[in-house]
Amino acid sequence: MPQSHIMPGFRPAISFTLVYLSLIVLIPLSAMLLKTFQLSWDEFWAILTNARVIASFRVTFVSALSAAAVAGIFGFIIAWTLVRYPFPGKRLLDALIDLPFALPTAVAGIVLATIYQPNGVIGKLVLAVFGVQIAYKPLGIVFAMIFIGLPFVVRTIEPVLQEFDTAMEEAAASLGANRLQTFIKVILPNILPATLTGFALAFARAVGEYGSVIFIAGNMPYISEIVPLLIITKLEQYDYAGATAIGLVMLILSFILLLLINLLQGWLRRRNGQL
Amino acid sequence: MSIILNNISKQFGDFTALANINLDIPEGELVALLGPSGCGKTTLLRIIAGLEHADRGQVFLKGNEVTDQPVKKRQIGFVFQHYALFRHMTVFDNIAFGLRVKPKKERPNETEIKKKVHALLNLVQLDWLAGRFPEQLSGGQRQRIALARALAVEPSVLLLDEPFGALDASVRKDLRLWLRHLHHELNVTSIFVTHDQEEAMEVASQIVVLNKGHVEQQGSPSDIYDHPANAFVSRFIGHTNVFELGQQDTFWLKNSGLPTPETGKVAHVRPHNIELEKATDEGAQAILKDWQHLGALIRVELHNKDADGGAVTLFAEMPNEQFKALQIDKGDRVAVRIRHAHWFH
Repeated sequence: MPQSHIMPGFRPAISFTLVYLSLIVLIPLSAMLLKTFQLSWDEFWAILTNARVIASFRVTFVSALSAAAVAGIFGFIIAWTLVRYPFPGKRLLDALIDLPFALPTAVAGIVLATIYQPNGVIGKLVLAVFGVQIAYKPLGIVFAMIFIGLPFVVRTIEPVLQEFDTAMEEAAASLGANRLQTFIKVILPNILPATLTGFALAFARAVGEYGSVIFIAGNMPYISEIVPLLIITKLEQYDYAGATAIGLVMLILSFILLLLINLLQGWLRRRNGQL
Repeated sequence: MSIILNNISKQFGDFTALANINLDIPEGELVALLGPSGCGKTTLLRIIAGLEHADRGQVFLKGNEVTDQPVKKRQIGFVFQHYALFRHMTVFDNIAFGLRVKPKKERPNETEIKKKVHALLNLVQLDWLAGRFPEQLSGGQRQRIALARALAVEPSVLLLDEPFGALDASVRKDLRLWLRHLHHELNVTSIFVTHDQEEAMEVASQIVVLNKGHVEQQGSPSDIYDHPANAFVSRFIGHTNVFELGQQDTFWLKNSGLPTPETGKVAHVRPHNIELEKATDEGAQAILKDWQHLGALIRVELHNKDADGGAVTLFAEMPNEQFKALQIDKGDRVAVRIRHAHWFH
């Protein structure tokens, strides 16, 4: 007996999903895998253990993780402000949040580089006050990644904060908790899963980011060269197999990290009885 | 006096939520703030709790002025309408919350907390739910856990916002009685907000009737039922037949044996103050239109022809046996006798 579903259209829906996933995701990725297999294991290993490649992996993942962490905290504060306080110009500010989504990343990169470079408007100030140069240094990469990652965090936290029952905060206060205790013990645990989702999205976007980063990074091998740039460089040298090899490893590493974040989220939800 | 409110006023924009509320609530009472929706009762409760601030007036708890104190300093227990349980904590952690956020010096150790939480869980008869999360509980269970959580900090005053509002009828009935018994046991001054007069009558030892931001009357349930201060209270509490003298009702009202009053021209008659007899003469005007079985009582719906040929509907209530003894049924003519009425202007 065929399985019956309450919602009609299971077959067309699942077929569509599979075809879509195959055409857009699985087939291109397998092509990449096949291309990598043109290399022998030794060649593959040699490419990956190249000092410049390892350095670029470190630069990319460290920058992406720090940028996602900063975006996570800043995004939380921005989402909190947008949800909790009425103020003039709120809608305009709300619309501005999404701008990094729409802006061509190259434009964003050039603008950021111009402003944060040593004679740029903000770059000059930061250099004078803190003695720190932002653009053309690894720090510049983090700045660009925060810029493109922030909207993901804000947009994932916002709806959860909106749904948050403020009576829980009143209850905490009536039981004698101060604002800090209420925030740490009541608000944060309820918002943390959404913040983690935002963090994961910002991280994934930052790892793959190319356009905005290369303009501000300085692109010094071993210091501020990101993996996507290295891949492009290899492509320009017609080293297709080398490029796909690096791409494949990057994919696997990102996948493992995202999986870990997901597991952490699942654990948090279970611990908080939201499963 | 446990709670004293002095001239409390509150505006929301142009809307006057509360106007010069004065209220004295003695120690150990279980008080119902009763009124139709929008009468300001929840606002008043939140002002007592410190969750809302009055524009004018003072709040005293146990003799101390707390008007400017924040909620966490007032030592109140508050039970929210939708419970507001911490959804990310187990039942145990919910109840322990108030103990765990105490400053280090006053905070009991974990063994004491454990003992206290289980004692409270036993008090609300839900000890077996300690490890569950709020989402896994029924409405009635959540309500009782919310109460246990509020009691954990040993509040001097317990405030409950529509405590039975979100429950279905049968659970509500049980919980009402349970709350009354619990109050007898703990004897902590409690105020609950309700729009249900039956609930107020059944649970409270004192009722404060609110309407449009004013206190209409304060008193024991029997006080309020037997001696309503004004027409609003009389209408709001229990069922009432309303007749206006000077209109068409005058003639038959006089015939019904009701003494005409010195003052007032509107008569409020409780259904149980109307006596019926099977009519013997053709003069009787009332016709038994319908009757309903309310359990111990029978409610009779009568149509009384007035002088102009229109009809007035009135309701009478009597015990089952009495109704059977009368041997009347739909369509019969009956004679109406009114024993007692409250007269208002």
